[in-house]
Amino acid sequence: MRSLLRVAPPVLVGIAALIGWELLVSLGRIAPFILPAPSAIGHELVAQRGNVWDAALASGLNAFIGLAWGTAAGVLAAMAASRFRLLSEVSIPLAAVANALPIIALAPILNNMFESTSSVPRRLVAGIIVFFPVFVNTLRGLREVDPTHRELMTSYAAGGWTFTRLVRLPGALPFVFTGLRQASSLAVIAAVVAEYFGGLQTGLGSRITSAAAFTAYPRAWAFVVGACLLGLLFYLATLLLERIVMPWKTRLLS
Amino acid sequence: MTAVALTNVSKVFNPGRPDEVVALSGIDLTIGHGQFVSLIGPSGCGKSTLLRLIADLIPATAGTVEVAGKPASRARLDQEYGIAFQQAGLFEWRTVQRNVELPLELRGASRAERRARAAEMLALVGLADFAGHYPAQLSGGMQQRVAIARALAVHPPLLLMDEPFGALDEMTRERLQAELLAICAKTGTSTVFVTHSISEAVFLSNRVVVMSPRPGRITATVDVDLPARDDAARQSPAYFDAITEVRRALRGDAAAAATS
Repeated sequence: MRSLLRVAPPVLVGIAALIGWELLVSLGRIAPFILPAPSAIGHELVAQRGNVWDAALASGLNAFIGLAWGTAAGVLAAMAASRFRLLSEVSIPLAAVANALPIIALAPILNNMFESTSSVPRRLVAGIIVFFPVFVNTLRGLREVDPTHRELMTSYAAGGWTFTRLVRLPGALPFVFTGLRQASSLAVIAAVVAEYFGGLQTGLGSRITSAAAFTAYPRAWAFVVGACLLGLLFYLATLLLERIVMPWKTRLLS
Repeated sequence: MTAVALTNVSKVFNPGRPDEVVALSGIDLTIGHGQFVSLIGPSGCGKSTLLRLIADLIPATAGTVEVAGKPASRARLDQEYGIAFQQAGLFEWRTVQRNVELPLELRGASRAERRARAAEMLALVGLADFAGHYPAQLSGGMQQRVAIARALAVHPPLLLMDEPFGALDEMTRERLQAELLAICAKTGTSTVFVTHSISEAVFLSNRVVVMSPRPGRITATVDVDLPARDDAARQSPAYFDAITEVRRALRGDAAAAATS
């Protein structure tokens, strides 16, 4: 009952927005190539569900692989940077520079480095995008060690890897997930947008561009909805993983 | 053999720099087996620093620190002491039981041994029913009990405590004081207890060591001899006499304290 009350308001607002959109398009006589009505998009989504599903699988796989290697690289780099002061002094500005790069704009350049049927450039772009939030948050988490914990571990004569494994890594987990929550949707966006620049035509991004090129706007929107759902799925999966990995955070609520 | 022996110990932070601080100077202190000794003094008198020297968390600038008959650094590696701080400092990602097991784990104890010892310790502090809880699900007093159980898990001959009850309310504090005394009596553990509560120091200790700041040094030691340490003792004349004596010593009236 309580969860129903919590879910109801956003759902109602969403339905109201859709109805408003529908009325705006049909009563306002807006040309369908400018803004298709939600009913048209919905119709197209049902008609194209097989295509949307296949395209979402292709983009989703790229996003997932990018998310996986970007996260692994981010966490490992943060561990290295927190271990060696010199490395962290060098790496933080470098990471900031890398973050300021218009990475999605690198996609066409990366496309040229690989053959045209390769998914590697998209996975690279998604991973690079994921790297930064994970790296920065994890590094912050690894550095914030409770002074009492530090003294305790010293009193147990536990240092080095034991200290990292037992104290710093679990202590940094909430920070890792803060980064991962940002990164999960970013990975999907990066994987989809990277498809705009040629290469394999299997993913959501390429379907959106080709549908738009054929002025099939409701179909383009149907794939946009697919991309939105995919991003949402990644985000929710991250939240679920967070609950599973950190039971001590969720047990408080019970 | 003595539990702790400090000879002419001093500690200087940031030596040779403009922010040099002489935290402790000329400290001589011997603590016998099974004794309960409190260190008391105003903030900045170096009582916590002294405890950390005994624990070998920081090195002494001069003098020798011995714990259980060996150099403090050796004693730390051998886990000859357990330590508890004002912050319980539990690992929030471990259950209560796994928190208590940690020092045993680092010692390489087997799983069965860890289980048994953790159960024994949690029973000792009256938290046997909370083994599966996470620290954040416990009250402050219960967390501090877990910290004590963890400090005692390896059965160390010495227990070091840095204002462990400082953040607790008065009722909880008095209950935990009584429990701590019972535990120490049962296990025969020697204890060094840092506090800035006069009544707490007197109630708990065989000996109260009074310190003063700039530079941190021992100005007086007051022996406390209460017939029993229970609620009646908190009303006894001996208790109030000792409190007066410690208070005088803290005011710098050291000569009066020594002769009375």
